[in-house]
Amino acid sequence: MKRALLTATTLLAGTLAATMLPAAGHAAGTVKIGLVMPFSGQFAELTNQMYRGIKVYMKEHGDMVAGKTIELIRKDVGGINPPTAKRLAQELVVRDKVDILAGWLLTPNAIAGCGVSKAAKKFMVIMNAATSIITDKSPYCTRTSFTLPMITVTLGQWAAKNGIKNDYTMTSDYAPGHDAEQGFIHGFKAGGGKILGSVRMAVKNPDFSAYVQRAKDLNPKSIFVFIPGGSQPAAFGKALAERGMSAQQIKVLGTQELADDAAIKSMGKDSVGIITAGNYNYNRDSAMNKKFVAEFRKMSGGENPNFGAVGGYDGMHLIYAALKKTKGKTGAAALIAAAKGMKWQSPRGPMMIDPKTRDVVQTIYISKVEDKGGKHVNVVIDKVPNVHDPVHAGKMK
Amino acid sequence: MGRPPAVAPSFSSRNPLIPAQAGIQYDVCVSSRFRPWIPRLRGDERLIGTAPKAKSQPAMLPPVFGVLFDGIAYGMLLFVLSVGLSVTLGLMNFVNLAHCAFAMVGGYVTVLLMRDMGWPFFATLPLAFLVAAAASIVFERVLYRRLYQRSDLDQVLLTIGIAFVSVAAAAWFFGTQQQPVQLPEYLRGSFHIAGLDIAPYRLFLIAVGAAITLLLVGAIEFTRFGAQVRAAVDNQRMARGLGINVDRTFAITFALGSGLAGLGGALAIDIVGLDPNFAFTYLIYVLIVVSVGGLGSIAGSLAAAILIGVSDIAGKYYVPQLGSFLIYLVMLAVLMWRPAGLLGKR
Repeated sequence: MKRALLTATTLLAGTLAATMLPAAGHAAGTVKIGLVMPFSGQFAELTNQMYRGIKVYMKEHGDMVAGKTIELIRKDVGGINPPTAKRLAQELVVRDKVDILAGWLLTPNAIAGCGVSKAAKKFMVIMNAATSIITDKSPYCTRTSFTLPMITVTLGQWAAKNGIKNDYTMTSDYAPGHDAEQGFIHGFKAGGGKILGSVRMAVKNPDFSAYVQRAKDLNPKSIFVFIPGGSQPAAFGKALAERGMSAQQIKVLGTQELADDAAIKSMGKDSVGIITAGNYNYNRDSAMNKKFVAEFRKMSGGENPNFGAVGGYDGMHLIYAALKKTKGKTGAAALIAAAKGMKWQSPRGPMMIDPKTRDVVQTIYISKVEDKGGKHVNVVIDKVPNVHDPVHAGKMK
Repeated sequence: MGRPPAVAPSFSSRNPLIPAQAGIQYDVCVSSRFRPWIPRLRGDERLIGTAPKAKSQPAMLPPVFGVLFDGIAYGMLLFVLSVGLSVTLGLMNFVNLAHCAFAMVGGYVTVLLMRDMGWPFFATLPLAFLVAAAASIVFERVLYRRLYQRSDLDQVLLTIGIAFVSVAAAAWFFGTQQQPVQLPEYLRGSFHIAGLDIAPYRLFLIAVGAAITLLLVGAIEFTRFGAQVRAAVDNQRMARGLGINVDRTFAITFALGSGLAGLGGALAIDIVGLDPNFAFTYLIYVLIVVSVGGLGSIAGSLAAAILIGVSDIAGKYYVPQLGSFLIYLVMLAVLMWRPAGLLGKR
């Protein structure tokens, strides 16, 4: 009896809430942004970074744009799960009546989301997801993060230009890993470098000692590494140190995940010398970046922002700026037209949305872990401005 | 070595967004051949997966010894993580899929003590064991014991639920980020013997694994408590009739197994890291070790863990194209040959 009563009450309350919600949603002057991100599971940490980036932007700039209130609706997709991502995006459009789809984080989910964006004509902002082709899948889709070839081709060219003659590539055996490998090899060879060999490593791989031993057998002067962020960078760095191949002994090149805070802390002095390429480094010296890092640290309890955070921050900026341009109109065609060619200063430096490809154009930073009085700091040592996505750029020709 | 590449930081360009001002033309647009990534660079694939040629140097052991060493060390880690499950599954017939959640408890104990209290790594290990064991006693008394007589499915549902809750709880309390630990200096890096790189930490893992095996076998085979456990497992009614406190015996056995998992979790951080997903990341490996080794057999778990560890490392070294798939083939082969596991009785 009691249980039946409880159920009835819950149902009633649910129905009430359901009938009231759309009413609130239709209130004049609300722009709803649906975020489809893996809030739980393996990618929860990067999602948290991105979500905090979004919140920092909203804290700095308020939740009113062009006379409208910004409302975020979060959906947890739980991991790499395109069917769920698609369903959540559909629910956001149909049930929650969102005006903009944003977030994403993972390529397969983002591609699934593009289908919804195209069919429902919704402006879509990819705040992270690194495969080039995603933005081609919907004419209303743009990106504020980076593409992997953008970073790896640039790193390959930079390495060849800076005295690295031969290299062994070690990448995770999944699509982004293959892209990273091919991109680096392409850039490195174009610059005159020689590839000694390549190994593709199991994606779910807790122990790297065997792969590192393989590399060591060929005695390379430098290695290029691409592995997913999380637990692997630190494990990889330790395997290198155990084999006498630490970044002090040979040149270790990688993407920005390899030198994130947790990895550096865990590797300790073995991290010194690791060279990474990326679109954001929280140690970059600029007033705007300092302010962003300080705000972010306040929100995260001392954690530093990474590329995910800045992707979310700039994604919100793009949405705000586009809404200002359209005077609050949320039509996908108007918003994407406003976004095309948009230029702004971000904590990561100057950036732009390519008017042709709707993809991001930005500076790629080369950073190196240095020992500063016992503290290991990832310092920007060089930069390559105005990098377009190589795949899109190649297609344009 | 260790010098940075000779690069002058170029922060000069005032507005890098305007291509004309960008010092270097980094417009990496290449021919359209660049688009189909994979086919175009197919030429490199022959490099992928070529058998590595060891540099011939005098008085050096061939790489197979290095592979064996790494494999055994990795196997020992798997052994410490999984032996507890082998005991509870084999001796008590309880399917505890939350086993790795207790391992995660041990990991977080070590991280918190080292980071917030400044404890040395070794001092945290006993606590990792004790806290995981204590937590498991609470769960055993409150939840698990109700399901001892129930079907496997009920047990699986309960324990997998606990594992999910543990992931969410860890994310809530400690955040979703990786929890790094800094090992003492003498456990880091490596030293060379006869051309092999020996990592002290792996040596330490092997020692821990060996010590635990001896202790466990001794405890189960030669002590009064061990005899009680075996009796309680073989015939619970008879054991009760003889005045053995079966409930208490099971609780202690369960705590012992979970404590070992906690210890394994603490030891694993340096090799595989620690985040809230730990409760699931290792579950597969642990279940493989338990099923290959045979339920309830400590020696079987040890043999299986070493077999899996060595074949994993050897597979990645000699045939990286197979990736980490080799261990599944090994599992398949062993279970076809001996469905009850290497040393399993049932």
